[in-house]
Amino acid sequence: MNGTFVFIDNKEIPIENEQNLLELIRKARVDLPTFCYHSELSIYGACRLCMVHVEGMGLVPACSTPPTPEMEVSTNTEEIRKMRKIIVELLLANHSQNCPTCQKSTTCQLQALAKRFGITKVRFKNQLREMPPDESSPSLVRDPNKCVLCGDCVRICSEVQSVGAIDFAYRGAQTVVIPSFGKALDQVECVNCGQCARICPTGALTPKSEVDEVWKDIHNPSRVVVAQVAPAVRVAIGEMFGLPPGTTTTGQIAAALRAIGFDKIYDTSFTADLTVLEESGEFIKRVTTGDRIPQFTSCCPAWVKFVEQYYPEFVNHLSSCRSPQQMFGALTKEMLSSELNVKPEDVIVVSIMPCTAKKFEAKRPEFEHDGVRDVDHVLTTQEFGRMIEEAGLHFKELGPESFHMPFGFKTGAGVIFGNSGGVSEAVLRYVSEKLTGQKHESYEFTSVRGENGIREAKLSVAGKEFALAVVSGLGNARRVLDRIRSGEVHYDLVEVMACPGGCVGGAGQPVFSDPVVRRQRTKGLYENDRMLELHKSQDNPYITELYDTVLGDVGSHKAHELLHTSYRTRKRILDEDVSISSGDEKSLDISVCFGTSCFLKGSQKLLHDILGHIRSKGLNARVNVNASFCFEKCDKGPTIKVGNRTIEGCTIEKAIEAIKREGVALAEEVRQNV
Amino acid sequence: MNLMLTGLNKISQDFLGRSTAATRRILVCAGTGCLVNGSLKVYEGFVQALKNSGINAIVELKKEEEGVFVSRTGCQGFCQIGPLVTILPEGIFYTKVKPADVAEIVETTVKKGDVVERLLYVEPDTQRVCRTKDEIPFYQKQHRFVLSNCGAIDPEDVNEYIASGGYKQAMKAYLEMNPEEICELIFASGLRGRGGGGFPTGRKWDVARRETNVKKYVICNGDEGDPGAFMDMGIMEGNPHSVIEGMTIAARAIEADEGFIYVRAEYPLAVKRLRKAIDDAYRVGLLGKNLFGSEYSFNLTIMEGAGAFVCGEETALIASIEGKRGMPSPKPPFPSISGLWGKPTIINNVETLSQVPLILAIGADGYRKRGTKDSPGTKTFALTGHVANSGLIEMPFGATLREIIYGVAGGMTSDTGKAVSDGFKAVQIGGPSGGCLTRDHLDLPIDFDSLKTVGAMVGSGGLVVMNKNTCMVSVARFFMQFTQHESCGKCVLCREGTKQMLALLDDIIEGRATMETLDLLEDLAAAVQKGSLCGLGKTAPNPVLSTMKHFRDEYLAHVRDKRCPTGKCKALVRLTIDEDLCKGCTLCAVKCPVGAITGEKGKPHHIDDKVCRKCYICVEACKFKAIKGD
Repeated sequence: MNGTFVFIDNKEIPIENEQNLLELIRKARVDLPTFCYHSELSIYGACRLCMVHVEGMGLVPACSTPPTPEMEVSTNTEEIRKMRKIIVELLLANHSQNCPTCQKSTTCQLQALAKRFGITKVRFKNQLREMPPDESSPSLVRDPNKCVLCGDCVRICSEVQSVGAIDFAYRGAQTVVIPSFGKALDQVECVNCGQCARICPTGALTPKSEVDEVWKDIHNPSRVVVAQVAPAVRVAIGEMFGLPPGTTTTGQIAAALRAIGFDKIYDTSFTADLTVLEESGEFIKRVTTGDRIPQFTSCCPAWVKFVEQYYPEFVNHLSSCRSPQQMFGALTKEMLSSELNVKPEDVIVVSIMPCTAKKFEAKRPEFEHDGVRDVDHVLTTQEFGRMIEEAGLHFKELGPESFHMPFGFKTGAGVIFGNSGGVSEAVLRYVSEKLTGQKHESYEFTSVRGENGIREAKLSVAGKEFALAVVSGLGNARRVLDRIRSGEVHYDLVEVMACPGGCVGGAGQPVFSDPVVRRQRTKGLYENDRMLELHKSQDNPYITELYDTVLGDVGSHKAHELLHTSYRTRKRILDEDVSISSGDEKSLDISVCFGTSCFLKGSQKLLHDILGHIRSKGLNARVNVNASFCFEKCDKGPTIKVGNRTIEGCTIEKAIEAIKREGVALAEEVRQNV
Repeated sequence: MNLMLTGLNKISQDFLGRSTAATRRILVCAGTGCLVNGSLKVYEGFVQALKNSGINAIVELKKEEEGVFVSRTGCQGFCQIGPLVTILPEGIFYTKVKPADVAEIVETTVKKGDVVERLLYVEPDTQRVCRTKDEIPFYQKQHRFVLSNCGAIDPEDVNEYIASGGYKQAMKAYLEMNPEEICELIFASGLRGRGGGGFPTGRKWDVARRETNVKKYVICNGDEGDPGAFMDMGIMEGNPHSVIEGMTIAARAIEADEGFIYVRAEYPLAVKRLRKAIDDAYRVGLLGKNLFGSEYSFNLTIMEGAGAFVCGEETALIASIEGKRGMPSPKPPFPSISGLWGKPTIINNVETLSQVPLILAIGADGYRKRGTKDSPGTKTFALTGHVANSGLIEMPFGATLREIIYGVAGGMTSDTGKAVSDGFKAVQIGGPSGGCLTRDHLDLPIDFDSLKTVGAMVGSGGLVVMNKNTCMVSVARFFMQFTQHESCGKCVLCREGTKQMLALLDDIIEGRATMETLDLLEDLAAAVQKGSLCGLGKTAPNPVLSTMKHFRDEYLAHVRDKRCPTGKCKALVRLTIDEDLCKGCTLCAVKCPVGAITGEKGKPHHIDDKVCRKCYICVEACKFKAIKGD
């Protein structure tokens, strides 16, 4: 096909590997409208906005038409223009009309197209069936009244992230995109990565805003409001104010935060440096003893939830290190409250993150102590941008200011956490010196950099071979985990970021759809690293001081208390158990797993036999029998729970034995109470 | 088990041999229509009545024995006069047979060879009594080719299908022909897809044949879903083995070893008979490994659709088989290149596949003797509407509407079913995807291409004949409601466009429309037609566009004059009280739920049209028939 041409609006455009007309038309610098075409997703062909006229073929969708030599394409005939208008009008007639109050106002593609096509009146009757928005998720708001059903969210969730938390239901005009069984988003397997919201052309999926809560705390004089800014924010927020992607605006961010009224302005890159030391310490220990290798990074909360849901056998492979956000929260609450002599609940930690999953992470019960959360509010880059707008600050023109010390000091290693490969490189910068005991001049490990969603590197450090994998995108993570599980590959350290490209491509970042934007932000971070004075976390003097004064050693008891955490297996879909038979109030609970895997392994027969046993022994009044949906022990099923004991690979004999054992305890308890 | 010619011949000879001792055969139609009318009871009645009369009732031909062979057949097409019973060898054809009639038939016909006159078909026009099927104009004027075995054989007996020459062509395809030859033959026959599009079957097969992939699939599309269409059902229920044989040949033609029959779950009888047919075919060795002793295998599975009309669209059907949501995807890639699970796949309609063995039997030239040059062969139609005879019919392509309506269908009827001489208004052909044809098209030869030129399509073959009292705007609305309900919701133009078209039609029917409504409807229809993703959307506007074209005056009457010429659109009817007939009894005023009727007792009443909601309660209440619509 190469070396041939297509005529686009009478212009000769060479075919160079483009798979469809749409790519070629874009190359001709014609901005063909589309909702559902994204180069990273499968071709869907639903929005019909990219229809073009091809001589001899009539109207065809450019997205699914392969170019052939000498094709004559027109992109702006009267017929096409009429059709585009009709399509946009049809969508508007089935769309919430609350543009001014929509989060996506001004970045909404439907709004932009209506403007572009000069639509001043919708000729069709508004037929929107109002549905309540789903605000259950800590990270995302799903408003079906703004959905154009382009399917981008559905495809990115299943194709790129391999999660599939949302899909189409019902048909025709009733079609909606909803989580499975019509449940709320927080009840299903959504990992809160927010890629759906990133790709959503309208306001149907948006990051959940915490702006109001943050303003409220800022205005409250008894509160000390502390900001931490994640690395990826600094190379993206400028886009909201007309700066090119990748422009570093660290100084302006500090100035803006101060102007808004934050009391302390810190950098999450500082705790990223701290993470490097703790996580590397853990890695060295684990790799030398061969304990739970590969070690997985744990900075990304969407990834952590993904493992907890889908790979229970790998949960203990996750590094026990909290993410930099949570390390920051714990440290700040501990140190600042004593330093400033305020109650921990009056120290308000606000994170500014490129991420929607961080909102979920901050609300994990592990990170709350005596009713006080380590991190109180999480703002996305977008939300922070809106606060700047609300405050009327001319962001671009703000004179750069500096962060507060000590948590405002970082090395380049902490900054590159914001892109895929950054954590691995930062760890390597530490481990290579730690294991050899020597200082190195160079600090760049370019072998872990790159754009592929799965990158592998083999490194030799102090005579030891390390195999690393750097993964971004959860679909890629699934592929890697499956290969690890099957024994096909071996790695010592695996870095995973849920969002393609890492945090720079997070769903909290300013709206973008062109992958070039992500690339420029990454470039910005590496430049940032180069500009900084220090590049290795171990060289951060404030980190050293922190260990000297507060934490003691890497991996110390105190470090564990503040900087480490634990994980759990999770049901993909939260559901109440179904009661099969119930006894009196002191009854023993028996739950039989009816998840897909256990069901296939015969849990139905097992339940039947257990019920038979109970009947034959006349125990009906002494036990509650429930069918449960997935204990996440799928590989060891059928699984049942008798009292607090989980019995894997359960047979009727094992079940009877367990009931007997628990039954004795129960009887004693009953006796004691009598 | 290898099944060479001798094997097939043996089964055939055995079957025929065993049947020789039977003195008569009773064929009871067990198509869905007749079953609904109680034909199973009739069948059981025969078995019992024969026993009561001391006659051996042979239900299954296991051995050669004397007696009367009683069988259930597939649909015979003339469902409106069912249950149908045929007595062989005379071919006596009884209609509307009830269980109560059975004893008499046994006594008179089975025992004595006489006919029960009152159960014979009487031609309404001439009062001529028809003794056999062939004498009935409904059958006489058809050309039953694909349907020839439907109603003549027991669809649940593989032996009888074989005895009627079945599976010989499949054997020929496996033992004597190579894939290229089969594709060439089908191409030369001019066979075109009967599912609606009319794509040359041979060409479709050849594309798949040329694909080098080792795994390929053959799919039979039995997801017939047009309202009022039951052609494929007739074949699947009446002659399931012809479909299987056609698929087996198709598999050989593209070198596929696996196939699926996708049947809508709303056809339980078709599913049951196909399952039985597949089981029997496996048992006899006509499916599975080493077909006819060759090195080739073909495995066949039934998939039941879950009730979505759109799954009749091939890419949606594939998605459905794959366990995904039944939504179409853009073509290219075409299924012949990348279909089921990404493998080359041919999808053919039931009727298309059942033609295949016939083409192999009579050759391309033989096949081309029927039909027209570019649309050879025959087409089945589901004939319904304001006609004397309705049912499943088969005509050669090139037949005219006049031949069908005034020949096979026996002419027009009024709304109440009375024959009328000049009642024809229009025909909706091709179901919700098709268009309306008018008086001007009565002599148009029906084929794939001629219909396209007048904005209609063969579609799957629904033929709804409408009389003069039919409101064409309402007809368009009816089909639009169907397509908008069945839209999968994927592409904007179909999902939102059909919904808005329906709303615009409602505006017209309910008197809210202006001339802009008509323009907008036309613009929208054009956009939906040209821009939708799949055939469902692309053809959904056809009923609207064709009625707007041919019956523009009727639309204008609705819009401009706020009047429905047929008086069918209730909202446009102005109810008035005839002062001469009204006795002033006040009943209407009392019953009117909106208080639109006023008047003094004993004096003529009056309806305020601005208040009236056209509920017709007053019309029903008036004992003097004084309230009328204009």
